[in-house]
Amino acid sequence: MGNFTERLRSMKRTTKVNTATYAGVVLAWLAVTLLRSGGVLGRSASGLLVPICCYIVMAVSLNLTVGILGELSLGHAGFMSVGAFSGVIAAMSLTDSIPSPVLRLAIAMVVGACFAGAVGALVGIPVLRLRGDYLAIVTLAFGEILKELINCLIVGHDENGLHILFNYNGLKNVEDLHLTERGLVIIKGAQGATGSQMLATFNAGVILILITLVIVLNLVNSRSGRAIMSIRDNRIAAESVGINITKYKMMAFVTSAALAGAAGALYGLNYSNLLATKFDFNTSILVLVFVVLGGLGNIWGSMVAAAVLYVLPEALRGLDKYRMLMYAVVLILVMLGTNNPQLKTLFGKLLPRRREEEV
Amino acid sequence: MARKITSVNDSPLVPMPTNAYIPQRDLDKIPILETRHLGIDFGGLTAVEDFNLVIGRTEIAGLIGPNGAGKTTVFNLLTKVYQPTRGTILLDGHDTHNMTTVQVNKAGIARTFQNIRLFSNLSVEDNVKLGMHNAIQYGMFSSILRLPSYWKQEKVAHERALELLSIFDMQDMAGAKAGSLPYGAQRRLEIVRALATNPSLLLLDEPAAGMNPSETTELMENIVRIRDMFQIAVLLIEHDMSLVMGICEGICVLNFGKVIAKGTPEDIQSNPVVIEAYLGKKKEEA
Repeated sequence: MGNFTERLRSMKRTTKVNTATYAGVVLAWLAVTLLRSGGVLGRSASGLLVPICCYIVMAVSLNLTVGILGELSLGHAGFMSVGAFSGVIAAMSLTDSIPSPVLRLAIAMVVGACFAGAVGALVGIPVLRLRGDYLAIVTLAFGEILKELINCLIVGHDENGLHILFNYNGLKNVEDLHLTERGLVIIKGAQGATGSQMLATFNAGVILILITLVIVLNLVNSRSGRAIMSIRDNRIAAESVGINITKYKMMAFVTSAALAGAAGALYGLNYSNLLATKFDFNTSILVLVFVVLGGLGNIWGSMVAAAVLYVLPEALRGLDKYRMLMYAVVLILVMLGTNNPQLKTLFGKLLPRRREEEV
Repeated sequence: MARKITSVNDSPLVPMPTNAYIPQRDLDKIPILETRHLGIDFGGLTAVEDFNLVIGRTEIAGLIGPNGAGKTTVFNLLTKVYQPTRGTILLDGHDTHNMTTVQVNKAGIARTFQNIRLFSNLSVEDNVKLGMHNAIQYGMFSSILRLPSYWKQEKVAHERALELLSIFDMQDMAGAKAGSLPYGAQRRLEIVRALATNPSLLLLDEPAAGMNPSETTELMENIVRIRDMFQIAVLLIEHDMSLVMGICEGICVLNFGKVIAKGTPEDIQSNPVVIEAYLGKKKEEA
């Protein structure tokens, strides 16, 4: 009977953590909204809110691949860029037909998610046959390829519909789109998307975070999620109990890519100018750092790490040219600190219930 | 459950081999497993050669032999971890040619591993539920949207998991992390997980390894109980002769990849070839 209550409590633990995660997001939203209306948050601080939301979604979605599926992906920014540019194209070309900016933003995110998911599936077919280091290297390469491909895109829109040019030899320019007078150039090749409408709002970002959480947390605590985690824990055993490895690897990878695409669309519509080079290897690594620091498989950890580490360089702006040096030092200290056994025991003493569960 | 099996032309039914040691009660039925001239080469090395075995539908069979004889390789062939170089495997009378590990499991073979392979970061209950993976039907969208089919099937799965765990009296550990269990419990959990896939043939690779004599006795009773409860066949690899001789109805002895003897426990115990394989030749004969 004692064990039974223990089991009930341990089952509740997952639910408890999940509820706390949702509640944390809502509380953070409430706090930030209050601070903004009170005028405490300056313009530069407010400008960070949407990117933070984007990076939180990026970190949570990458955690699905790296922490839950257990495969290292270094091309996550590639999916973000696919989402960003397809989202911008969708939002801009629908300007006349759908005047509501909120609806257009929502459509842009859905379009971004669909395109990124489709690209994720295309990339996944060859990539997911590989394992470990090989998979990491190939995803890195795909991320760079996506960046270069988008760099070659020239896209415009007029009353005749979308005009898309692929400027592979660098000889074409905006004139070759042959837009009518009312036409609008959306993407200018290597100059990226210029003159986009800034539709993204903090509220939309928070809603996207909540949707991401629902998808990821509900997926993890289900039949499919168990199958995904079983591949991480023991691939051979997973096959022996009849789990289709390719299917579930693909499911995790495509879901992760689609969420990154939605985050990308939000990100893209937060700036009037957007370059494909923004979504390079460094961005992938940045998101990976959030995931590793927050803890592999730990969803709320990813969220906190993304928020803190994104704000940190801005907060250190006062240090001028030593800024990135300090950032690195802080990062190392945090990594050491969170893995320090003495600190862990200290936290254990502060949280008696948690300690009891670990014993 | 759908079983994707292709039937073969050559009659899967009897004739039984003349030296059949299948228990009397299974003789008039199609054997659950029949291998014909099964063999595999790794490069130039022949790991298993001309392996012929027939297992009755409710038989407990043993596969024994000295270290490196190829016993686990036989398991890996049966579960298609390796594709055989030669020979045929008939499962319930159907050829498993070109089937994958996943398909073979769906067709009815479940196994445990010599070196325990649990999903160690997941809970005991989740490990068992993973065994039921193909019996649970709801898809990705039902789980994300938490549709009624999710709640209904998860509830059934939860109850079934506890029921299966109770075979080994492990229902109290359902919430614990599989990796944190004591060694013996991990071995038992592997058996429960295999049973959860609803097999007709259970392959146990050294189930008693690392267990003390009283645990081994308990395990023997449980294997027989599982066979009686589920009416399935069991093929086990084991070095503990008290277990093998105690519960196996038929025994196959393997040495250097070849079958050197088959028969009932009594036959095997007195077989000079088997004794030689285990203990070496007597001095005067050498």
